[in-house]
Amino acid sequence: MSKLHVTTTINGEEVEFLCTPAQTVLDVLRNTLGLTGSKEGCGTGDCGACSITLDGRLVCSCLVLAPEIRGRKVGTIEGMAQGDRLHPLQQKFLEMAALQCGICTPGFLIAARSLLEQNPDPSETEVRYWLAGNLCRCTGYDKIVRAVLETAADMRGAA
Amino acid sequence: MTAEMTMTDIRFLAPETLDDAISAYAAAQGAARILAGGTDLLVQMRNGVARPGVIIDIKGIGELTDIAEGADGSFTLGAAVSGAVLGEHPRFGTVWPGVLEAINLIGSTQVQGRASAGGNLCNASPAGDSVPAMVAAGAVVTVQGPKGRRQLAVEAFPAGPGRTNLAPGEIVVSFTLPPRPPGSGDAYLRMIPRTEMDIAVVGVGVNLTLADGVVTAARVGLGAVAPTVLLVADAGRALVGSRLEDAAVDAAAAACRAACNPIDDKRGTIAYRVRAAGVLLRRSVAIAAERAGRN
Repeated sequence: MSKLHVTTTINGEEVEFLCTPAQTVLDVLRNTLGLTGSKEGCGTGDCGACSITLDGRLVCSCLVLAPEIRGRKVGTIEGMAQGDRLHPLQQKFLEMAALQCGICTPGFLIAARSLLEQNPDPSETEVRYWLAGNLCRCTGYDKIVRAVLETAADMRGAA
Repeated sequence: MTAEMTMTDIRFLAPETLDDAISAYAAAQGAARILAGGTDLLVQMRNGVARPGVIIDIKGIGELTDIAEGADGSFTLGAAVSGAVLGEHPRFGTVWPGVLEAINLIGSTQVQGRASAGGNLCNASPAGDSVPAMVAAGAVVTVQGPKGRRQLAVEAFPAGPGRTNLAPGEIVVSFTLPPRPPGSGDAYLRMIPRTEMDIAVVGVGVNLTLADGVVTAARVGLGAVAPTVLLVADAGRALVGSRLEDAAVDAAAAACRAACNPIDDKRGTIAYRVRAAGVLLRRSVAIAAERAGRN
C-alpha cells in the first residue's frame, strides 16, 4: 500500500499530509489533521454537514478525494472566525439560537457564507433553496433561515 | 476483505492529457473508474457497489473542463464541467436555458459544485435530469477510446439502468450542442414529490424552433418513465408544422404518454407517471415557446 503525499492550503495555511488514494477530504480533515469542525452526517453528499469550500466553491468534503485537493485552497469552519472575532453569521446564529444539537451548524455556516458571498441580498426562497443540501436533524430550519436573512441585512448595512 | 483494505489498494491518477487518461484507462482493463465530480462514484465506493483498482481524475484535462462557443453558434461542453461552473458561463444559459436548468437540478448546491453532465450521462440513471434536456437539444456526445474518437447522439448513449453503450476503454469527452436558429427555445421540467433534493418521477425536455408562429423543428426528451431516457420522435412530429394549437399539443402529449414504460415505486405509480408525462409535456412546450418568441 502506498500513501500519497499531498500539499494543500487550508484556511490560508500550507498543510502537508499523507493519505491513501481513496480517502476522502472529510476523513483527512477529521482524522489526520484534527480539524473536527466538519461533521460526517451521511457520508454520501445528502446532508451537507461536511460542507467546505474548494477554491472558493461550496462542496461536500465527503465527496472529494483527498488527493484531489493537491495545490488547491480549502476553507473549513475552523477558518471562519478571525481569532476571537466571530463571522457575522456565527454571531447571529448564537444570538438567534439558530442551532439545537449543533451537528449541522458548521455545514450551514459554510454554506450560508458561500451564499452571501454570491448574493448579499437573497430572498427567503433563495436562502431555502441554497441551503436545501444542508439537513438539520433537529428540524430547526426556520431560525437558521431567519438568521441568514438577518445577517445578510446587517452585512449590507455595514458595507 | 474489509472495505478499508480494499480502499488502500486503489491507485489515484490525475493525467493532464486525454491520451494519457485513455492509455491508463485501457491499461487497467476494466478495473479503473473515471472521476469527474465524484458525486456518484464516491457514493458507490462507499457502499461497495464500485471497487475500482484505479481512479482516474479527468479534471486536469483541458478538453474535459472547457466550455466553448463556436463561430457557428454551437456549444462544446467538456464532460467534466460542473453545474456551478456552467451556470456562471455568460452565454450558455441564455442560449440553452432548458439544458442549464436541467443540469442545475442535479442535487444540492454542494453537489452542483462538483457534478457534471458527463457524469450524469455515464451514471445512466433513467431519471438523470440533464439527459432529457440534452436529448431535446439534439446534443451529440464525443467519446474517445483506444480505437479513436467517435460521436453518438445522446439518446443512443444509455443502454439500460446503469448501463451505457460506451465500448471498453472509451471515455466521454464532451457534448456538442448545435447552432441555434433564430426563434428557438428550450425547457426542462421534472415532477418530484418534494420541493427539492429528489429524483425525477417524470422529466420532460422540449426544444422548439418557430418561424412566424409555426413550429419548424421540435424535439422532445422524456426521462424516468422507461429503462432509458427516450427521444419521443412522435411528439416532435406532432408539433412540427403546427402553431401549437391545442390539437397539436394534445397529440404530442399523447405521444409522450404512449412512449412511457415506467415502473411503480414509492415516488409514483405507473398510472401517475404516464399521466404526468403528458402534463409536463404541455408545460414544457409552453415555456419553450415563450422563450423561442424572445429569441
